[in-house]
Amino acid sequence: MQRRRFLQYGAAGVGAFGLMLLVGWWRVDGPGAPEPVEKWPVPLSAMEFTLTDHEGTEVGPDTLLGRPSMVFFGFTYCPDVCPTTLSDISSWLHELGNDAERLHIIFITIDPERDTAAAMARYVENFHPSIRGWTGPEYQIASAVKGFRAYYEKVPTEGSNYTMDHTAGVFLFNAEGRFVTVIDYHETREAAVPKIRRALGL
Amino acid sequence: MRYSNKTRQKLRCTKVLTMLLMVTSLSNAALADSKDVVVEGAWSRASISVNRPSTAYMTVRNTGEDPVTLTSLETPLAMKSTIHKTQIDVNGVISMRPSGEILIASGQSVTLKPGGLHVMLMKLQKPMKQGDAFSLTLNFLDGGQVTVDIPILSIAARGPES
Repeated sequence: MQRRRFLQYGAAGVGAFGLMLLVGWWRVDGPGAPEPVEKWPVPLSAMEFTLTDHEGTEVGPDTLLGRPSMVFFGFTYCPDVCPTTLSDISSWLHELGNDAERLHIIFITIDPERDTAAAMARYVENFHPSIRGWTGPEYQIASAVKGFRAYYEKVPTEGSNYTMDHTAGVFLFNAEGRFVTVIDYHETREAAVPKIRRALGL
Repeated sequence: MRYSNKTRQKLRCTKVLTMLLMVTSLSNAALADSKDVVVEGAWSRASISVNRPSTAYMTVRNTGEDPVTLTSLETPLAMKSTIHKTQIDVNGVISMRPSGEILIASGQSVTLKPGGLHVMLMKLQKPMKQGDAFSLTLNFLDGGQVTVDIPILSIAARGPES
């Protein structure tokens, strides 16, 4: 009698444990699992957007294929971070010397309202000559940002002014357009330059 | 209310003492300001015309024995100048907001540098030209002021030396 009860409890315990495992699997790996959040950009070949560079030429993700690329988001009314990023990039490029000529270096504005192609031209001329500025209609920029899994948001400030929050890292792609790595804001030249060399396949 | 002569005398004494204390503490506050604040390594970047906001950076050191609070800024160069702070979240998203007042403890310093605290110069009255300089006044809570001359470096400058 006692032995039978012991077995019953045992079976119930095993059953409960099994159910727990099933629920765990369902929620983590099974059909109940949350959609995976993609942190990194899709390949350039899978992106879709059409923009204009600072010289008025139509450009898109395909423009970047065939050579390794460095792409970052910003806006020219950004007084602190963006000039620092552009200036950091310029110093990395000087260190890379001739190898820098094999790179596409693209600054995509997330503030097309103020950053026209002319405004981008006036801005990028102050930095390394390889840096190209891209702008375009807001929905096209939104599409580009989505492909990079990046983020931007308009933030109103005093009066009718506004500033932009945005992803600050520099994305690196290889010549086939596959994402290699990202250089975060504030990374030193010693950390950044080897990453660019990796994208260059050196 | 009626007090004895002795109590009245005591009260008068207290009043005088209180007033004396108030006067001395006020003058102390006035003295504690600018003389003890040192601004080092100030620099700024040239601007493209006057439409875009610009920035300035520096280290503000409090060499005094009392804490100081930086409350506001003024300069003839810009209609509005405030201190902003740049922050980066875990996803690498950067944002910039006004920092509010800045308390600097005795013997401590606060550094304004790219990607952190910085002076936002808004509504420029004239373009900032490389090689020029402009004056900026820092106002402190106790009424003290410190005015610094800030050199304008290239738009691609990253520090006071470049």
